[in-house]
Amino acid sequence: MTEPPLLELKGITKRFPGVVANDHVDFDLVKGEVHALLGENGAGKSTLMNILYGLYHPDEGEIRLRDDAVRIDSPHAAIDAGIGMVHQHFMLIPVMTVAENIVLAVEPRRGPFLDHATANERVLEISQRFGLAVRPDARIESISVGMQQRVEILKALYRGAEILILDEPTAVLTPQEALELFQIIRSLQAEGKSIIFITHKLGEVLEIADRITVLRRGKTIETVPREGATEEGLARLMVGREVLLRVEKKPAEPGEPLLTVEDLRVHDERGLEAVRGISLEVRAGEIVGIAGVDGNGQTELVEAITGLRHIDAGRVVAAETDITGESARGSLEAGVGHIPEDRHRRGLVLDFTLAENIALKDYCEEPDSKWGWLFPKRLVARATKLLKEFDVRGGGAQTLASSLSGGNQQKVVVAREVSRDPRILVAAQPTRGLDVGAIEFVHRRLVAERDEGRAILLVSFELDEVISLSDRILVMYEGRVVGEYPPSVSEEELGIAMLGGRREAVA
Amino acid sequence: MSTGPSPAGPPVPPQDAPPEGSVTGLQTFYDRAGGLLVPILATLLAFLIGGIVVLITEKSISAPFQAYKAIFEGTGLTWFIPGGDQAEAARDLQQTLLITTPLILTGLAVAFAFRCGMFNIGGQGQFWAGLLTAIYFGTHFEGMPPVLHVTLTLVAGILAGAVWGGIAGLLKATTGAHEVISTIMLNWIILWSGKWLLEAPDGFLQGRDPSLPRSDDVLDSAKLPAIWGTLQPLHAGIFIALFALVVYHLLLNRTTLGYEVRAVGFNPDAAAYGGISVKRNYFLALAIAGAFAGLAGAIDMLGWKYRLTSTEFDANLVGFTGIAVALLGRNKAVGILFAALLFGSLIVGTSPRQLDPDVFNPELATNLATMIQALIIAFVGAEFLILYLWRARRRVGFRRPREPEPEGA
Repeated sequence: MTEPPLLELKGITKRFPGVVANDHVDFDLVKGEVHALLGENGAGKSTLMNILYGLYHPDEGEIRLRDDAVRIDSPHAAIDAGIGMVHQHFMLIPVMTVAENIVLAVEPRRGPFLDHATANERVLEISQRFGLAVRPDARIESISVGMQQRVEILKALYRGAEILILDEPTAVLTPQEALELFQIIRSLQAEGKSIIFITHKLGEVLEIADRITVLRRGKTIETVPREGATEEGLARLMVGREVLLRVEKKPAEPGEPLLTVEDLRVHDERGLEAVRGISLEVRAGEIVGIAGVDGNGQTELVEAITGLRHIDAGRVVAAETDITGESARGSLEAGVGHIPEDRHRRGLVLDFTLAENIALKDYCEEPDSKWGWLFPKRLVARATKLLKEFDVRGGGAQTLASSLSGGNQQKVVVAREVSRDPRILVAAQPTRGLDVGAIEFVHRRLVAERDEGRAILLVSFELDEVISLSDRILVMYEGRVVGEYPPSVSEEELGIAMLGGRREAVA
Repeated sequence: MSTGPSPAGPPVPPQDAPPEGSVTGLQTFYDRAGGLLVPILATLLAFLIGGIVVLITEKSISAPFQAYKAIFEGTGLTWFIPGGDQAEAARDLQQTLLITTPLILTGLAVAFAFRCGMFNIGGQGQFWAGLLTAIYFGTHFEGMPPVLHVTLTLVAGILAGAVWGGIAGLLKATTGAHEVISTIMLNWIILWSGKWLLEAPDGFLQGRDPSLPRSDDVLDSAKLPAIWGTLQPLHAGIFIALFALVVYHLLLNRTTLGYEVRAVGFNPDAAAYGGISVKRNYFLALAIAGAFAGLAGAIDMLGWKYRLTSTEFDANLVGFTGIAVALLGRNKAVGILFAALLFGSLIVGTSPRQLDPDVFNPELATNLATMIQALIIAFVGAEFLILYLWRARRRVGFRRPREPEPEGA
């Protein structure tokens, strides 16, 4: 390299009491490149970027910008140095307009008031220059998540960012929105901006990055160019061992039907019919996958089967028990296990210990309790065993669930559901937000449970997950099942069906 | 998360040490430190600001110290320090503990609902429910053996409180009515009902002499036995209150009911997912909360008040003070014990009876108690502020951000 890099992080070390979050990490960024920072959850990616953005102070090491040592001790200083960051959780004010959010704190004024006209004008100008279409006068709360992300990017650009840090930007996006984001990144790159792209998703890295730096347990493992990088190779660098990206499984041997849904109708919170007459059947020893774009009734279907939502019409039969209209307890007592799509909202009580969380469905039965009296020691003993079996790291039975990483939290949910020995397992988004190591674990476990003879209903928005795990694939669109496919189906064909293409073709 | 000693068991062996393990430990430490730190700092800050107010009104540097010394002596806590007038200190301490007793219980009434994710403002009303019921039972059933009469009356008070709390719980479970609104309304309903029962001609609770706005005295067989002192002695109710603390702790942490209540309090969606009926727990939690407050009312009646006068309705704030007790005590049994003792001491220590007007203005004294109470609540609520101040102390005191060392200098 002839010219010095735009940005250099040298030997950055950050210790938290008892932990070295960053251990002499080196990282550099060349002008105009997209540099991916890849690593598992907890590898130290966010710590490193928070140091760059002035949220943490490094214990050792230096930051050099255009070959000058700089001290960045606040986000303010970072912005002054031309560094912008788009956090995973957006920092926007919902009731204010797009333009107001973008110009916030550096707003053009007319007298003591905000000059709306100028603000809108400037926002339009900058959004056109970088090809990020937004409506300046729309309220944040009324626009989609993808749009909100654009606003965050514009906010950084408006403040003169030359270096843009994107923290897991695709985690909140639909596949379509992700594609649009990649286009935006390319156009920013064309305008000479440099981008640091934090992720744990291998596919994205290979699609968008020029160079890739892999972090593992706080250390820089390697920086590689995209050319020649493979998913397998990157996964190995990330996890530190060989990872099976493809699910290995034998052909299914379906037995008798365990879960039967007949002409089910369910409405959502707004009173609209979300599930419009679905019938399906899952047999013992098979995985039935439901593919579909988020918001086509999958959530409501799962909640109806698991007793968490009122059923308007139709029937749900689990292992020969009619559980239509039963409560959640009725459903789980009939042998339905449920890995919920949102582990924070439903799957775990974050302020409970792991032992208490593992007991969430059994606390009222022996041996956990007797005549209403709880036995905490037994809870702990059982949890300790399970945590070991499911390789949950980051804490023991008495640790609060909130202090675990997402992947380990999910393992706790899976451990609880699987260990209850359900005949039917409903798995909604079982690998959402997990890194490759944890995904591999959950996938293997689901296949193992299938081979044990359980009926598994899998709901996922990740196409490759549905295709690689399922023995049969149903596509849901606008509350209906619009097609059934074998796992040999192509992603393209599924994708078209998911967008309702097939139905339109028929109509 | 749980009170007192965590459920015993072998200490968790360090998992094959991913560095995250100790972050957890650190977090737990912060939680623990924060758990004690905030209430203690809040109390100290409240006293500090109270002192400044005394300083300004009395225009003397020594006034705050004299005032706090006088309050402290007024609480009778000097009884624990040998020397001095032990007899007088004992009398004061008896009063402090007398006031602390119902505060423990009304504190529990707020705390229990809190653990189920609800803010029970109805402690005062549930207290009245227990107290009014206790008057009826305490003044009737002449000739009943004392143990039976006391038990019957206490149980009646507990049930009355449970009903009054349970109504709010039922409303929440069935119609979704917010418990803050419904408990406040129930407070007024019982207050005016009580006044009517006492003051109306031929009122249900009206005493034998209809010219006086007061009830009859409870019968001797219904009185709680005195355990310490003579004039207005400390009664056995304090043991009941201490026992209630133990019940509270065990109920929450050692029963399936407590498990459900805590699960609903932390995350109702996850609780429902686990097969727990959220509505049933809203009802039960408020009913149990009401039972604690109702017991407080009954104990006060059988322990030392013995009769209801109409002034009582305007002066009694035991239920509301329970909110402060629960907040400061962080909804934990031990915390509530100490918080109740603190507020009990403040109330007794600043009561004009205790103070020499030469030391400081009696009017200021009672107001000081109310002010300190309010300040403590404000500071406990402003946890962020307290933690910020605590960290700022460290920033100013010791830590300096390390400069990057110039190389080759």
